[in-house]
Amino acid sequence: MNNNRELLVEVKNLQTYFFLDEGTVHAVDGADFDIHRGETLGVVGESGCGKSVTARSILNIVPKPGKTVGGEILYHRKVKGVVQTIDLTKMEPQSDEMRQIRGAEIAMVFQEPMTSLSPVHTIGNQITEAIRLHQGLDRAAARELAIEMLDLVGMPLPNRTIDEYAHQLSGGMRQRAMIAMALSCHPSLLIADEPTTALDVTTEAQILKLMRQLQDELGMAIMYITHNLGVIAQMTENVVVMYMGKVVEEADVDTIFYNPQHPYTQALLQSIPRLGQKTARRGAGQRRLTSIRGMVPDPYALPKGCPFHPRCSQMIAGQCDQIEPQMIEVAPGHKVRCLACAGA
Amino acid sequence: MAEALENTTSATEAKNPVLLEVKDLKKHFPIQKGFLVTKVVGHVKAVDGVSFFIREQETLGLVGESGCGKTTTGRLILRAYEPTAGEIWFNDRKMGRVNVPDLDKHQLKLMRQNMQMIFQDPYSSLNPRMTLLQIVGEPLLVNGVAKGGELQDRVAELLRVVGLRPEYMTRYPHAFSGGQRQRIGVARALALNPQLVVCDEPVSALDVSIQAQTLNLLQDLQEQFGLTYLFVSHDLSVVEHISNRVAVMYVGKLVEAATTVALFQRPLHPYTEALLSAVPKPDPRLRTEPIVLQGDVADPANPPSGCYFHPRCQYAIDRCKTEEPVLRELEPEHFVSCHRAEELQLMGVLGRVTA
Repeated sequence: MNNNRELLVEVKNLQTYFFLDEGTVHAVDGADFDIHRGETLGVVGESGCGKSVTARSILNIVPKPGKTVGGEILYHRKVKGVVQTIDLTKMEPQSDEMRQIRGAEIAMVFQEPMTSLSPVHTIGNQITEAIRLHQGLDRAAARELAIEMLDLVGMPLPNRTIDEYAHQLSGGMRQRAMIAMALSCHPSLLIADEPTTALDVTTEAQILKLMRQLQDELGMAIMYITHNLGVIAQMTENVVVMYMGKVVEEADVDTIFYNPQHPYTQALLQSIPRLGQKTARRGAGQRRLTSIRGMVPDPYALPKGCPFHPRCSQMIAGQCDQIEPQMIEVAPGHKVRCLACAGA
Repeated sequence: MAEALENTTSATEAKNPVLLEVKDLKKHFPIQKGFLVTKVVGHVKAVDGVSFFIREQETLGLVGESGCGKTTTGRLILRAYEPTAGEIWFNDRKMGRVNVPDLDKHQLKLMRQNMQMIFQDPYSSLNPRMTLLQIVGEPLLVNGVAKGGELQDRVAELLRVVGLRPEYMTRYPHAFSGGQRQRIGVARALALNPQLVVCDEPVSALDVSIQAQTLNLLQDLQEQFGLTYLFVSHDLSVVEHISNRVAVMYVGKLVEAATTVALFQRPLHPYTEALLSAVPKPDPRLRTEPIVLQGDVADPANPPSGCYFHPRCQYAIDRCKTEEPVLRELEPEHFVSCHRAEELQLMGVLGRVTA
């Protein structure tokens, strides 16, 4: 990913494990990637690949019994024009400094707006809480700003909505309220964890358009976590593909879709039905989808070597099932974790 | 509707006979208020006059957004809900052509052998206290088809058909992944060799790679057993892939129905056009500007006047506000309910087609 923008967050060999009675789940096991200022980074992968845990590690809100046990998350913080670099993994989750960063400088929008908004507080109450905590405004000024934010995210009648409860709003409106809350303190990084997965397709189109507009206006970086390759293609500049807690491929979005190198990325792209494909063939031709054989391995018993080798069509016997592949750069800004790609 | 159609179509391939025909189907759920003494204060018109048909061995995709009544329609066909009004004609293998709402308890049990359902969430639709043998074998046992050793053989065969190992028969659902659970649900639905399977969002809860496996399985089984599917889904890419014909619902009404290629290439209803344009395309070189609909889906308890879609429709004229459009066959096999369907040139998935 070669661009000249300043680094915002560097995730280096992040390891977040969950210590359970049944064993240790290596939810994130060696994630490496960078986020630049103003960039849109897509993180794609199937459920359980560690994409949400990576996001929570950045915010230092990994739920127990999970713990970040290794690696670094370097956050290049701008304080009064001077860049300070701090390692988020070394900070206490409850410390004042972490709290200043969380919600103000790095904000998050969650998947299910109904469960992430409080049912017993009004929308305005929840937005002004964040504003008052982080910006130290008084009640009236905070309310003013909250109404402004609701207006910015396209909430109809923000003067009235601010006093409503989450259950009075539709799914799309709740997600707008969440976005308003996340953006109220002008974060430099917005983490959006499947923000449109629970929404209908026409509502999704509204929210995606809104997020693009807001990024143009406010210039924050967005880390976009989703399993939907359509959203990745439409929204992001650079993409990180994760499988079983590891980043397996990293490149700009065009390369990921037009020149993917990792067999998992290739298989993922082939396995989705694409809108318009059948219509373009006039209904004729191949009926079956190319699917990935087998299933995601048991997180308690990861296969030896490359975690994808039991499902991989390009598996090299004696190598992929023995040696754990390292990330290699196949082209400038294009990194792949695969032995078959390394040999080629 | 269907009979008339048979004569008008001059399609090249011979059409299969109609298996299921739904006419003006309605389901109004009462809204009750009050405690102890309740009274009905209104109705949610979940399904409000839906008509369509499905031919033998074809897949009809039923699409729409949440709350449009697509799931309710699927359940009405199986009579999991009692319809408020309307007819559901099903060509039963044993009983012949029957109207589902008129069936008595005994006939209903017979009919349901030939009509089955696959549910969305494989985590909540399987009883965690039953083994695979009990889950898949239950329909066989209840209908007196098989028991004892024969039951085990039949269940083993069904598990093999859906790609599970027969040795798993004594295990419980918790031991299986989402994709495998969905296969268990499929095996159970197929146990009685049904004619029609209502698939209610069968792949929505699955991961991308598992989704492809499940869709392939459903297609293989359709070929192998000559199944007919009503495929309810909100995912237009999946529906395009699997369906022969597609019906689009909006707030309890059918707004458009056509063969898949016709509907995706040249939609005739503005809502279909908006739906198709809203799907994020998995191609970074095709960054399209979707048609963003204003506002939210109408409330089915208090729908707008005239065409239910008019408050969000960019093509709406005065007539749309007052007069409700009826579903009409504008082209052979292509049904639409829009006043302006003839004059509008709408955009499909391949871009605008100039006719």
